[in-house]
Amino acid sequence: MPDDGPLGPEVLTGWGGAVRSAGTLHHPTAADVARRLGAAGPRGLIARGLGRSYGDPALNAGGDVLAPLPTAIGPLAGDGTVEVSAGTSLHDLVRFLLPRGRFVPVTPGTRYVTVGGALACDVHGKSHHRSGSFGDQVVSVDLVLPDGTARTVTPETDAELYWATVGGMGLTGVITGARLRTVPVETAYLDTTTRRLGDLDAVLAEMVASDDDYAYSVAWIDTDARGSSLGRAVLSRGDHATRDQLSGRSAADPLAVPGPPRVTVPFVPPVGLVTRPAVRAFNELWFHKAPRLRTGELQTISQFFHPLDGVAHWNRLYGPRGFVQYQLVVPEHRDDVVRSVLEQVSRDRHPTFLTVLKRFGPGNPGWLSFPTAGWTLALDFPARRDLAPMLDRFDEEVVAAGGRVYLAKDARLRPELLPAMYPRLADFRELRDRLDPERRLQSDLARRLSL
Amino acid sequence: MINALGQPQTVLLLGGTSDIALALGRSWARQPGLYVVLAARPGTRREAAAEELRSAGAEVEEVDFEATDTAAHPALIEGLAAGRDIDVAVVAFGVLGDEEQAWQDHDAAVHLAEVNYVAPVSVGVCLAQRLRRQGHGVIVAFSSVAGERVRRSNFAYGASKAGMDGFYLGLGEALRGSGARVLVVRPGFVHTKMTAGRAPAPLSVTAEQVADAVTEAVASGDDLIWVPGAMRGVMSGLRHVPRALFRRLPI
Ligand SMILES: Cc1cc2nc3c(=O)[nH]c(=O)nc-3n(C[C@H](O)[C@H](O)[C@H](O)COP(=O)(O)OP(=O)(O)OC[C@H]3O[C@@H](n4cnc5c(N)ncnc54)[C@H](O)[C@@H]3O)c2cc1C
Repeated sequence: MPDDGPLGPEVLTGWGGAVRSAGTLHHPTAADVARRLGAAGPRGLIARGLGRSYGDPALNAGGDVLAPLPTAIGPLAGDGTVEVSAGTSLHDLVRFLLPRGRFVPVTPGTRYVTVGGALACDVHGKSHHRSGSFGDQVVSVDLVLPDGTARTVTPETDAELYWATVGGMGLTGVITGARLRTVPVETAYLDTTTRRLGDLDAVLAEMVASDDDYAYSVAWIDTDARGSSLGRAVLSRGDHATRDQLSGRSAADPLAVPGPPRVTVPFVPPVGLVTRPAVRAFNELWFHKAPRLRTGELQTISQFFHPLDGVAHWNRLYGPRGFVQYQLVVPEHRDDVVRSVLEQVSRDRHPTFLTVLKRFGPGNPGWLSFPTAGWTLALDFPARRDLAPMLDRFDEEVVAAGGRVYLAKDARLRPELLPAMYPRLADFRELRDRLDPERRLQSDLARRLSL
Repeated sequence: MINALGQPQTVLLLGGTSDIALALGRSWARQPGLYVVLAARPGTRREAAAEELRSAGAEVEEVDFEATDTAAHPALIEGLAAGRDIDVAVVAFGVLGDEEQAWQDHDAAVHLAEVNYVAPVSVGVCLAQRLRRQGHGVIVAFSSVAGERVRRSNFAYGASKAGMDGFYLGLGEALRGSGARVLVVRPGFVHTKMTAGRAPAPLSVTAEQVADAVTEAVASGDDLIWVPGAMRGVMSGLRHVPRALFRRLPI
């Protein structure tokens, strides 16, 4: 849709639904971006993707918000790279790539994210231990700087701007497109290994011992388990299946593209449905349903990578107050922090519907990029005021261990802790002063944390 | 910004020396990093209030504010906390007055109406513009259960609260979709300086209880609360009692 001028402010929320503010949404074409930046008022402008960040990075209270640019993909180059517009979703990209025998090297837990959003948050997937994060798989980025100049940035030609932009939360410029690497696949299926492990030590040991044997790995943790079964988990790993592993229906269409969500949560219920008893029942069921060990099970891309995408707007189940996700990373030898966090959550009986543990490989030079080598734990909590002291305690433990929390998920961090978590924050601020002295780019996240 | 767990970063207390406003400030100051704009008449009470909030951990800016000087309100509120958004603005000033004097003494009646009704309207209009422009924020307006059904025993006060209550409820509707919100708070009898010496009514509460209820309501996005919550049922019953009977009730 071309930019016909705004309809006036509208209230936008993060995916968690716990923060909201009103901004004026514009639907630009790539050609409008520079003009929009020039016209940004005192509250500035921020680009928004599909709004899958849990917190406030894609909100700009009282200012302008740019909706995703129209989808544009291809062609697929001989070297397996592909040019895409920043507004292209990974869903559309995967549907383009699969019939051509290619796949994205990094996908987060949902396909409904844009390339711009994936770059700005430097998202990671279950492949991080092998493939790094999104910014590691990008050849070049097309960026419109705050002063309106368009640039194509690569890690080789402009390392500073590139690594400030990867993970830069949309504050270095508006990304209009990128050239991405893709990986060859024979099928749209994953050859998976599922393993049920009785406690945290077993989970950590198994991941250290053999994550590297698999392209993808993630552990789902039962946060209701305490005592000797604290941290019990279902570890799910996989590799792309080859053609000769398929049979029956899947063999007939080995590169079948994933479809849209099958079910939709139609409205926000007046109270959250994610309650302690419900969560407890779910965790119990899900843990015991998992096999002790099952190998060679074929799963689709949706089943393996994006189980939540099957239900559109599942975030509404949390009710009007929404939820927050807390995601931390600590170095590998600081698994005690993971244990401490799980202990406190299970002791205080906080309902967490979804708790995921991954083992990251080395991080990239992205200034505000989240991943670094070690353990990353992500937990969802219904947003409640009484959660604050516990999460503040977690922050302290994480900082003391040399770790950090993920800005794409954050909506509550205390600003003072940020410089310790992200040592290059000062460089980032300095670059913004230079690149954007008038602060044409602003967001609620940037205001809240003084980025 | 107000974070996902309902914690504001910058709070404006208009009438910042009242016990309820201070209890509210202390409650938010439990989280480090709170910035409070304390708007009140200069003097020892304000100094003491500022000191109290500072020792609770907040950074405090003191600003002169005179409720009845409505002509000064637009520029005052525009200029407040330059460079910061106001996440929560609390309209906490008001006078109780002497019930019988308040309808017989012309000066007393006008003053009460000005402080309790005209001034809240004046700051409400200014705050609404500011919060609408910034696209987020909450106005907390302290009304009273006395405004819900105005009683003979304190009708000048009750009527002024009824007026301000209606204004802020309407303001909340008008601000829908702007990102800014209004929370109307209807406390019952609160033990404070203002009520010292009066016999407490049934269901009376402390300033701390009011503060807890308000911080929770700001976090959960409510637009109207009674403190204590049980007052809601009591008042909705009282509202419909016929006048002839209401007159005889011992309230
Ligand atoms: C179910 C679910 C699972 C998830 N799993 C993971 C996971 O496994 N790993 C992970 O890393 N993340 C995960 N996420 C988070 C998600 O990947 C990121 O928040 C992602 O950035 C969302 O992309 P988006 O297009 O919706 O961007 P938005 O949320 O709309 O925006 C995110 C940021 O990107 C910026 N941005 C967007 N477009 C542009 C542009 N064109 N130019 C400049 N900046 C731009 C915005 O300004 C904002 O700062 C998950 C989210 C959900 C809902």
